[in-house]
Amino acid sequence: MHGRKRPKSFYLLGAFFILFVLFLYGPMSTIFILSFQGPEGGLTFPMRGVSLTWFRNLLEKQMVGDFAGSFTRSFVLGIIVMFLTVAISLSGGLAFRHRFRGASVIFYLAIASLIVPSILISLGIGLQFRIIGWDTTWYGSALGAHLTWTLPFGLLIMFAVFNRFNKSYEEAARDLGASPWQVIRHVVIPITLPSLIGIALFGLTLSYDEFARTLMTAGTDNTLPLEIYAMTTNVTTPVLYALGTVTSAFSFLIIVLALGAVTFLRWRRARHGSDAGKGV
Amino acid sequence: MRTKSYIPYLQVAPLAFVFGAFLVVPILTIIVVSFWDYDFARIIPDFVLTNYQELLSSPVTLRTYLNTLRYAAIVWAVTLVIGFTVAYFLAFHVRSDTWQTACFLICTVPFLTSNIIRMISWIPFLGRNGLLNSALLGAGIVNEPLEFLLFSDFAVILAFVHLYTLFMIVPIFNSMMRIDRSLIEAAYDAGASGLQVLVNIIIPLCKPGIAIGSIFVVTLVMGDFITVRFMSGGQSASVGLMMSNAISLMQYPAAAANAVILLALVLLMVGAMMRIVDIRQEL
Repeated sequence: MHGRKRPKSFYLLGAFFILFVLFLYGPMSTIFILSFQGPEGGLTFPMRGVSLTWFRNLLEKQMVGDFAGSFTRSFVLGIIVMFLTVAISLSGGLAFRHRFRGASVIFYLAIASLIVPSILISLGIGLQFRIIGWDTTWYGSALGAHLTWTLPFGLLIMFAVFNRFNKSYEEAARDLGASPWQVIRHVVIPITLPSLIGIALFGLTLSYDEFARTLMTAGTDNTLPLEIYAMTTNVTTPVLYALGTVTSAFSFLIIVLALGAVTFLRWRRARHGSDAGKGV
Repeated sequence: MRTKSYIPYLQVAPLAFVFGAFLVVPILTIIVVSFWDYDFARIIPDFVLTNYQELLSSPVTLRTYLNTLRYAAIVWAVTLVIGFTVAYFLAFHVRSDTWQTACFLICTVPFLTSNIIRMISWIPFLGRNGLLNSALLGAGIVNEPLEFLLFSDFAVILAFVHLYTLFMIVPIFNSMMRIDRSLIEAAYDAGASGLQVLVNIIIPLCKPGIAIGSIFVVTLVMGDFITVRFMSGGQSASVGLMMSNAISLMQYPAAAANAVILLALVLLMVGAMMRIVDIRQEL
């Protein structure tokens, strides 16, 4: 297909794609603009001046509930979920390279974890803790609830990685006398590192934004999405948009960091290149 | 491979623990509690069928389920058309790998941002004094602001499409990238038109991707409550919303019974779609 003149359908589909991207990002960019609304301004256009009033408002605790506290909790929870998701997915992915009893049960549980509606997980864990008599907490029950959403993605990514993994690297390491742990530490992890960063990105951002699974499992202290949801019912000023801008900027920062790390790894790999045959 | 036989069990143990403790046990708990009794403050261990009887005998339940299914059907159709078109453009029309990766990332990044913020972001657009109404008024197309744009079924479906289209794009794109390009060249050489290639080659080979995307979209819409509550302004009903209302009234056994029915329905729908695709082969 290369080298041919572009068909008319290219321009039609290209226009469709651009419209779709506008549809995806347009609304988000309006709240970004409106969060700089002047102090007299409201939830819609026109802009009545430009100010940082609503961002300042965000830092005043009594105005909008506990933004700093809920942000801290969501961030810490996201980091914990991130590390656990990477470790458990990698370990699970390694297990699935061998035959073991119950492999298909675990696999279908992972699929089930994706398709069971979030509110059921939330309700189930909430009831379970209530019956046992444990308190639901963001670092306990909500952590478990978030893992049921991030682990299937992590595991499926690991499957895709190991399906394309060249086993001869590991065999070479073993032939040179590496222990199983050394093979994982010095061969498997470095080769799969870009995918592991991808899993980390999923773990952190999906947990940071999770609402439904946190609803009945977070206990007395709100995470950020719960706080934002509470705000939508009782806040009618652009402070809502300021919060949206800050939290979206935070998500974008994490995404950019992760993509930057992956690009850097690719670049370094390309620069060093393969040393195959150079020993001859 | 020379691995001690117990190693895989150790490696998979954390995964098994999480799914056991936070998926299997909670679902079993829901099933058990759905047979319990309750009053205004407590849930009482018992074995009664009243929760199911009340649900199944109420016309509201049927109406709510039908409304949720209607959302699922409309959102499925719209996301399928948009998702397929976008994936087709990315897979077959974008030529350089760098551009392809960049466009693909543009489509997936919103998945990693907050759903609630993405819903809120429709307010300045669709509201009574929003951008769309101002534009329509300014252009003289309407004489007074359209009221149905925000807080309506239209807004609910728009938000669903906005949130979930990428669940269609990614698996369909994945299927398209696996299609052997020489098949398409051969079809063109044999005189097939673009439409014939699309209908006889691309669509059949994309069926697994379409099935996976459909499973995602349908299950997400069936279990949703926040989008429906927020975008309809509390005027429309969905099964998830019905459950979350029961939860906020502490009527946990009623919510649990509803959850069991919803789960059975979702599993039936997924089971039907799974017949088209073997997920393990798609990775």
